[in-house]
Formats: sequence, C-alpha cells, structure tokens
Amino acid sequence: MLNETLGTVLIANRGEIARRIIRTVQRLGLRAVAVHSEADADLPFVTEADEAVLLGPANPAQSYLDVDKVLEAARATGAKAIHPGYGFLAENAAFARAVVKAGLIWIGPAPEAIERMGDKINARNLMERAGVPVAAGTREPVTDLEQARARAEEIGYPVMVKTAGGGGGIGMSVAHDAEGLTKAFEQAARAAARFASGDVLDGPAVLLERYIERARHVEVQILGLPDGTVLALGERDCSVQRRHQKVVEESPSPGVTPELRERMLAAAVKAGEAVGYLGAGTVECLVDADKQDFVFLEMNTRLQVEHPVTELVTGLDLVELQLRVAAGENPEVRPEVEGHAIEFRVYAEDPKRFFPGPGAITVWEEPSGDGVRVDSGYAAGTTVTPFYDPLMAKLCVYGQSRAEALELGRKAVDAFKVEGPKNNLPFCAELLGNAEFVSGEYDTGLVGRMRAT
Amino acid sequence: MAEVHAEMVANVWKVVVAEGDTVEEGDTLVILESMKMEIPVLAEDDGVVSQLKVAEGDVVQEGDLIAVIS
Repeated sequence: MLNETLGTVLIANRGEIARRIIRTVQRLGLRAVAVHSEADADLPFVTEADEAVLLGPANPAQSYLDVDKVLEAARATGAKAIHPGYGFLAENAAFARAVVKAGLIWIGPAPEAIERMGDKINARNLMERAGVPVAAGTREPVTDLEQARARAEEIGYPVMVKTAGGGGGIGMSVAHDAEGLTKAFEQAARAAARFASGDVLDGPAVLLERYIERARHVEVQILGLPDGTVLALGERDCSVQRRHQKVVEESPSPGVTPELRERMLAAAVKAGEAVGYLGAGTVECLVDADKQDFVFLEMNTRLQVEHPVTELVTGLDLVELQLRVAAGENPEVRPEVEGHAIEFRVYAEDPKRFFPGPGAITVWEEPSGDGVRVDSGYAAGTTVTPFYDPLMAKLCVYGQSRAEALELGRKAVDAFKVEGPKNNLPFCAELLGNAEFVSGEYDTGLVGRMRAT
Repeated sequence: MAEVHAEMVANVWKVVVAEGDTVEEGDTLVILESMKMEIPVLAEDDGVVSQLKVAEGDVVQEGDLIAVIS
C-alpha cells in the first residue's frame, strides 16, 4: 500500500536527519533519494541512499534551499513524495505548495498550517484564541526601536526579543533594561533581514515577550491523523541550552508533575486541532517549575531534531508515522510512555565556549549496546564543513529509570571517540557529573551557570 | 601592534571596518559566520586598522590573519 502511494521518497535534507529518514524509508521497502551539495558528496547519507542527486555548491541558497533544483531532482528520479527533515525548507510554506503543485506528496502538515504557525506572533494570537496559555507579549509585529521600547515598558523587563519568523534560537536574546533592548532589537532585526533573503517568509518583524527566569523548556510531540484526530505523544524537556539552542533533551521531563503533564498534553492537542494539524509536530512551552504552570512558546511544524527521545519512550517510529499519514493512512497509535530517554547532541564545537570547530574527522567510534542509539551524519574520513549547523550526531540512551539512563549516558559518552573537529563530548561528560542536572531540578539557565566564572 | 587571527574555519560575512579606521578595544572588526553562527571578531587594543586581510565572502582557516591594529 505504501509502495503504491509513495514508492520513491526524496529527502530534501542532509547529515544525520537525512540518514535517519533514509533508514525508515528503506525499512518500509521504499526507495530513498538523497540530494546533496558538493561539500557533502562523501557523507554517509549520500552513499546510503538508493540514488543521490547533486544539487549544487556548498552555499545552501544554491543547493538545499533551491526549490527548483530540489523539484527537478524529484522529477528526474521519479520520486512521488518529499520529506523535508528539519531546517532548510521544512517550514517553508511556499515550498510545500510547490511540492503539491508538482503533483508530489508533501510529508508534512498543510502549507496553511505551516504559514499560520511560522509567524510566531500570529501563532501566539491563534493559540490565545484557542484557549492555550501564552506569555504577556506583543500581538503586532514590532518594526522599530521606539515601538520596541514602548512595548517592553508595558510588558515589563526582562523581555525576550526574537524574530517573528525563523528559528533555532538565531537572533534571540534577553533584554534586562532599555539599553539591553537596543542591542537585542538590532540583533533580532538583523537576523530577521537575513531570514527574509533565505528560507523563511518573514520581513524584519520582531516579537517581544515577558522573559521567565528559571523556566524549563518543555515541548509536546503531537501527531495529527487524516481522520482529524490529534494525539499527544508525551513531552520532552529541552532545558539544557546554550545560546538558546538545545544541547540535551530528555523524556519524560523531570520537572513536570503528572497533573501539569495532563494539562500540557491537552493544550498541545488543542493547539494542533486549532490548525487542523496533519503529521508530526511539536508544541513548545515554557514551564515555571515552581508554580507548575506553563505558557505556549511556538509550534514547530516538522520533525524535531530531538524526536528520538520520544521514539525511545513510546516505541514508535515517528518517520514511519509521518510517511503513513502523508499516504493517507490512519495508523493505530497508542500514546504510552515507558522508561526514560536522554539525547546528547554531539556538536562540532569547543566544549568551553561552544564556538564552532569544523574539521576533517580522523577518528570516529560510536558507542553501541542495549539502550544506546546513535543517529550520526558523519564517519571517519569525512569532513565537517563550516557551511551547515554543527550537529555531528545525536547520542541517545534509554533506561527503565532516569538514574539508569544517566548511568548509560556516562558510559556511552565515554565510549564515543571523535578526533579531528572540536567536539562537545567533554561538555556532555561534565553535565552528567553536574549535581543540578543529575538531580533533575534544572532550568534553561543551567549551562550559563556552568560557564559563569 | 596587535595581530588579529581567525579562531576557526569560517566565512567572512561582514567587514565592519576599513584600513585606516581608528578603533577602540572591543570594537567589532569583522563578523565571521561558521555553522550558522555569527562570530564577531573584536579589536583587542585601541589603535588604527593598519592592515585588513579579508573581504566579505572569503573563507578563513583557523589561525589566518584577519587584521593588524597598530
């Protein structure tokens, strides 16, 4: 059945996520087509695909973000469906429309849902109307500094300043006073201008929100089925962050009580239903652990980097579910969570300041064994280039309890050998020895505190 | 005289100063971009930019000379 509807699936992405999607596509008896840039020609995802198409030079604008080239590759290889992974074109509604217009199956939510959730201001307003709690913040785009100042005064410092579009923490910062706001606003406006020329559909619109200090970042995995049902598949705690980007994620969240979990999952289902969500998506929230309360942050209309922790605790294959839903099936899914999973993002960056450190990989030895899963994009003899994000691999561990997962994590981090590029494995080891992290009572300020001297 | 070197492989995204400019410690000279991150390269001393070795779009390797402040 899947073979008739999907047949050949083109993966419009690179690195570990392309490789991970290829694995499920092939397991289901489908053909996987990789597309790649010149810089990525030697990476495992290119060689492991059933067919690979060179898109163009390293610059993403001329390769992974070039809609015409990706669609041409689909035509040339007879692909019937396109999986966008995360990043690049994954949340580009215009691309999703172009895919559908070309007569192909888009493995993701409807372009309208991407559009409505892609603009963070729009999404906030929509969620508020749907009865999902949101933080105090701007309901209209802020386009100049004077406006930003006035709004910040109304909301009250500290405020989080971010671009209405885009993602991945880029252009996002906290302002504690008017002076800090000037800097934060300029940074966000600059990031917004850059997004506008690239993948996302926004202008220089900026959003201000009340900043909750000592908050946890907890997100709910949802799955929308063709029959209209929206399921919540547990939560992930993503509070270990540097530069507002996630480094370690776990499920279940150690900072959420069963009562709060129930409310959050119900709100996430409501959020999905409000946009008629189809496929896998993530509702990101900020949790005030002391008050056991939460607010909606944003919705990601795609597969999330950290989806493996959900797969480990639910036993589900989210990529398979995405494919089945895109093919029109209503798979029977029992959203039951068991055990504890932790993911460590292995980045090519120095473990102290977290600055990028690309380079040629001379040694690459992944840990393995019961309860250990590694999703990696590289191998010995390949090169981490400066053109793309620094994620080399995701090291995931699964145990019956959090304590067991932490112990497995220590062994696995120790057994993971990478030489060549800089890498943050020493940071992961440090984290696993950090009392705050080990206790489970940590928040998004954890990494900052670890690095405060 | 202070030489400013690149700390990592990166693309030169923006050149903020020009040769002959007077800069103060902490001023941004150029902004590098590597792995989707902007990395400002700052003057470590007060002085004049006597040499500027990079242009926007260049790729620099770790240790490459970016500028000389004298």
